[in-house]
Amino acid sequence: MIENLDYATMQHLWWLICSVVGSLFLFLTFVQGGQSLLWQVAKTETEKGLVINSLGRKWELTFTTLVLFGGALFASFPKFYSTSFGGAYWVWILILFTFIIQAVSYEFRTKPRNIYGSKVYEFFLFINGSVGILLIGAAVGTFFTGSNFQLSGYNFVTWMHPLRGLEAALSFSLSSVFNIALGLFLVFNARTLGAMYLVNNIDLSAVPDMEQRLRKACWTNFTLSLPFCLYVVVSLLVMKGFGIVDEQGTIEYVKFKYFHNLLANPWLLGLLLGGLVLVILGALRTAKTKSTAGIWFGGLGTVLVGLTVLLLPAYNNTAFYPSKFDLQSSLTIYNASSSPYTLKVMTYVALTIPFVLAYIIYVWWAMDRKKMKIEDTGDRAAY
Amino acid sequence: MIENFDLTMVNWARAQFALTAMYHWLFVPLTLGLSWLVAFYHTIYVKTGSEEWKRLTKFWMKLFGVNFAIGVATGIIMEFEFGTNWSNYSWMVGDIFGAPLAIEGIIAFFLEATFFAVMFFGWNRVSKKFHLFSTWMVAVGSNMSAVWILVANAWMQYPVGQAFNPDTARFEMQNFFEVAFSPYAVSKFTHTTSSSMLVAALFILSISSWFLLRGRHVIMAKRSIVVASVFGLVASIFVVFNGDESAYQIAEVQPMKLAAFEGLWDGENSAGLVALGIVNRDKRVDNEEEPFEFEFRIPGLLSLMANRSFGSFVPGIKDLVYGNEEYNIVGAAQKMERGKVAISNLDAYKQALKSGDQATADIHLATFNEHKEFLGYGFLEKPEDTVPPVALSFNAFHIMVALGSLFPLVFFAYLYFSLKGTLENKKLLLGGGTVLYILGLVASQAGWVVAEVGRQPWAIQGLLPVTVARTNLTTGTVQTTFYMFLILFTLLLLAEISIMAKQVSIGPEED
Ligand code: HDD
Ligand code: HEM
Ligand code: HEM
Repeated sequence: MIENLDYATMQHLWWLICSVVGSLFLFLTFVQGGQSLLWQVAKTETEKGLVINSLGRKWELTFTTLVLFGGALFASFPKFYSTSFGGAYWVWILILFTFIIQAVSYEFRTKPRNIYGSKVYEFFLFINGSVGILLIGAAVGTFFTGSNFQLSGYNFVTWMHPLRGLEAALSFSLSSVFNIALGLFLVFNARTLGAMYLVNNIDLSAVPDMEQRLRKACWTNFTLSLPFCLYVVVSLLVMKGFGIVDEQGTIEYVKFKYFHNLLANPWLLGLLLGGLVLVILGALRTAKTKSTAGIWFGGLGTVLVGLTVLLLPAYNNTAFYPSKFDLQSSLTIYNASSSPYTLKVMTYVALTIPFVLAYIIYVWWAMDRKKMKIEDTGDRAAY
Repeated sequence: MIENFDLTMVNWARAQFALTAMYHWLFVPLTLGLSWLVAFYHTIYVKTGSEEWKRLTKFWMKLFGVNFAIGVATGIIMEFEFGTNWSNYSWMVGDIFGAPLAIEGIIAFFLEATFFAVMFFGWNRVSKKFHLFSTWMVAVGSNMSAVWILVANAWMQYPVGQAFNPDTARFEMQNFFEVAFSPYAVSKFTHTTSSSMLVAALFILSISSWFLLRGRHVIMAKRSIVVASVFGLVASIFVVFNGDESAYQIAEVQPMKLAAFEGLWDGENSAGLVALGIVNRDKRVDNEEEPFEFEFRIPGLLSLMANRSFGSFVPGIKDLVYGNEEYNIVGAAQKMERGKVAISNLDAYKQALKSGDQATADIHLATFNEHKEFLGYGFLEKPEDTVPPVALSFNAFHIMVALGSLFPLVFFAYLYFSLKGTLENKKLLLGGGTVLYILGLVASQAGWVVAEVGRQPWAIQGLLPVTVARTNLTTGTVQTTFYMFLILFTLLLLAEISIMAKQVSIGPEED
């Protein structure tokens, strides 16, 4: 079957795969959200131990999903990989920086003679959970608002703004407001998810105060995320977008482009609305009932919203990595993808993904059947 | 095609890449090797049910975890650095190079990440069998990640299975299997994983020797040593033969690299291998300086290593730069001329297509095709640019080989005295043994210096010089991130060393 896929189908398929990985990552940022809640919800060392150990069994998964997101984009849309990482240099370097300091923090935080003391490692976790996610959101925002680059005749990138990507969040413009709003939405959403996850994963019967703080944090952060979510959604409906207008692939500004994309693909509208409803349900269940299942609603909801956000700027003849500076340098799934041969090979490789998902889910289930207890944090292997 | 570039910037980008790669490589060999040893110890525990083996397993697992965390921290930066530092490269070869990186993520990293959590925290949460299985999966996962990253790296040394597409002006994959099963990739994988096993065995010897000297945890130390020295002995012998196989392949595909790491300026019949030597740093291909301050050669051995025959001819740096008709060697100067023809015809082809002149385009394309094999050479400025840093390559190679010849003897000694039961009295051996791990890391790092520095000026051997591969950044930007990474990684490394040392001095504990 894969033999017979045509080029355009594979380009759509691979954008879908990358988007699925990206939205799973957004779900898994409950780890980052939880990290940024640490000081707020855990008041004693025991409580901190519970939170860190609970997140500590998952952080690698989030991290690896981010790595895979990079790798999958490299293999399937190398022009995006080269243009964005080489061009918007500072955004990506800073994002990576926050992930480097995250990766050591769990392991080092409570180890004797860790030189800098546990507060520093907790601070690292906080930075990763806040600044890291904010910047990722701002970077994704440029899928809609565009960037400042030009490609040479040989597709080599020159970035036209001295801030090299940071202008996405730091310039005085409507685009920046949008990018930051998306970033803040992701930060608060991650915190909402973090609280949901911790409520689900930890045996809270011994720490009732923390349970209360967690359920409250879930609600506060959910409420805080709403205005940003609303701003992003409304902006998407009214903003102009970057459309492919003819057979040659010419790019032009098109009014209400993303609104049209939603209308053209009503299932995207379904994903968006369904996702939002699920997140709301998750937040309600966690904050207003005794349920521990909120994370499954919030998580699935985030995946659906994430999918819409990532598919909207790419499908229906749209440029997913547009250049404001030079419209014709904009990247589309047609001009940025690998050759048909590579996409075909990668599609065969993608057949393994369900197996990978299956063992991840199995291991998750096997390890979390018993909830995290205070005793678990005393184990020598614990963080 | 490439306008003007700033060589200082390119060199900083290289330095930055080398810095992060070398930091990554401080931790990776231990992960690769120790994962097998931990799995082995864990198996013995499950088979015997002995608490002693359980403590031993947990002890090494703990050290594994500390090392693993920082290995992951330094790894993520590498994944994205091809984009940040080498974006033109990423576009021009992303079609081929991106695939193994993505496969590595899908197949290897998730295996590692998922089962790592079970290995560490599964003691009371999952069944004993599933727990042991997880430990093995971590070992399989880490070594699978080595497979794919080394496939990628081997492809840069020996770019098979691809073709240049003049319409997209990039290299595209033609045959995945040629890329994945390139003989270069196979020997890189075997050499790297076996040498990492060796490094891990040295790690265990170092720590266990220290315990024995202090008279602490004596039983655990002795048990660890027996298993580690058997592993190490086998691995170290394999590494020597396998390294020799690497050199043989290099002679065929990257003769300049071979000439550089042997400091061979003029080609010779029955060329000798320098066993010991000090390179004269003023020697260049276009001056008459003596190559060595001092040298000691084993006659004929280089010819044997390179061509599997004592008398055969091994081309030197001069032959490769200026050509040698007698042996049918085309020099870099000639290749550059043809490369420039290829580039100008590629430009002209694109121009003609743009203006819709198909006939002219066809003519340029035909000329381009005649010379395209040498495309990469067209970007060079002078033939002498094809020479990599000789002294660095030479020293790195000879350090690696010297240590590589020493290690089998060391493992043998440890094994011998262990079996005789007199190891505890060999204070000298044990004392020296405490630094073995550092020597192992030195050898391993040296290996990468040989592989990567010896490849210069090419990012992809013969096809794409690093000057073209780079991202359009200012020197200041790259310098800034160089220092950012230097400071951050060094701070983290210090913490890691401190934690490791403390964990070792705490030693294995009762549950
Ligand atoms: C997948 C490919 C790959 C892998 C596995 C490695 N490298 Fe590499 N290395 C490159 C791909 C590369 C590169 C991107 O291609 C560079 C940048 C510029 C160049 O010529 O090669 C490079 C450059 C480069 C340089 C600079 C050489 C010079 O410019 O003189 C050094 C010292 C190293 N590397 C060292 C290492 C070490 C210690 C590694 C061990 C992990 C390593 N590399 C793995
Ligand atoms: C430029 C080349 C390299 C890149 C892009 C790279 C990328 C990465 C990344 C992204 C991680 C973190 C994975 C995670 O999320 O768990 C990682 C870790 C790892 N890498 Fe690399 N890597 C490179 C070189 C190498 C080499 C040459 C090897 C082995 C031969 C290797 C073996 C490993 C292993 C075993 C880990 C697990 C963690 C550890 O280091 O302890 N890597 N690498
Ligand atoms: C007599 C012993 C040895 C010989 C003849 C030898 C030979 C080589 C050669 C020729 C290369 C370059 C491969 C290339 O450029 O692609 C290489 C690379 C390397 N060596 Fe060795 N080596 C020896 C021992 C060791 C030892 C003891 C270690 C580590 C403990 C080691 C670790 C490495 C590593 C990590 C690389 C880079 C990976 C690769 O290119 O395969 N080697 N070796």
